[in-house]
Amino acid sequence: MSKPEFVYVIYIEASCEKVWDALIDPEMTKDYWGRHRNSSDWSKGAKWQHEDYDDASKVAIAGTVIESERPHRLVLSWARPANLGDPDKVSRVTFTIEEQFGSTRLTVVHSELDDEMLRGVSAGWPPILSSMKTLLETGASMPMTRRRWKSGE
Amino acid sequence: MNIEKFKPAIVYTIYIASTPEKVWEALTSAEFSRKYFSGNAVEVDLRVGGAFMLRTPDGAPHITGEVIECEPARKLTVTFNVNWPALLEKLGPTLVSYEIEQAGDAVKLTLSQSHDRPLSDDILSGGRAGWPAILSSLKSLLETGEAMVIKMQPPERMLAALKELGIATA
Repeated sequence: MSKPEFVYVIYIEASCEKVWDALIDPEMTKDYWGRHRNSSDWSKGAKWQHEDYDDASKVAIAGTVIESERPHRLVLSWARPANLGDPDKVSRVTFTIEEQFGSTRLTVVHSELDDEMLRGVSAGWPPILSSMKTLLETGASMPMTRRRWKSGE
Repeated sequence: MNIEKFKPAIVYTIYIASTPEKVWEALTSAEFSRKYFSGNAVEVDLRVGGAFMLRTPDGAPHITGEVIECEPARKLTVTFNVNWPALLEKLGPTLVSYEIEQAGDAVKLTLSQSHDRPLSDDILSGGRAGWPAILSSLKSLLETGEAMVIKMQPPERMLAALKELGIATA
């Protein structure tokens, strides 16, 4: 039986390169991804971590860069650090960034999810990606996404 | 009409830096919808039982239905039937619901497209491709003053599936 996946598509008035960079630029993610940063050299096989912007030792999510082709395709494994050794708790995120007649279509497929992570990411991706779009199009993110998520949310 | 039988087949949530009232206005007025909804003009009589219509730029009624639920700036549910012969008979009505909630300083808009019977992924592929584009464009319009112009390919998979069911499209 295949595990559930969550798919989210959003169109952004910015270039593919700007969308790619927004996913990995700490100065941007702190403003739309709950005061966190994504830390890696983004080469295939490298480790990556989703860390508190103010304290890199607080790692919320970690994994490996499975594919990295700027600006169109980024694939990461995704797990809470304590679960990295448990294949049942490691999921996969695929970011596809495509130009479509002058707009950029960002598709996020979060696959191989367990039920708890499915609930969390189903609630999390829409506001995070909506706020990234607001940041890229207006110069400022939505204020509520600049604050750290309370644990359990 | 008994909406209890209808189950969501497509659910899309987007957060918009705006107010519930502005989002409601954008969803229910032609002045806005022409900009984000592929040039189509929404006309709706905002009361239960009121007529709902989406007209193409040439004035033709492309989508018609009626208002099922109406709570200004909170919820609008309409039947949303494309005017292709035999579509309603073969697929049943389409129910579209917009829910508007305050989320911090922003608005959480949830779109649900529901049906009273299971439909294939091919038939649903049109909506799955279309709604994120329409609502992304609405978001840009409210936040930046400019809608996105998202040129999309015709939904070939959906059109082929409808043709196979004997539904003439366009």
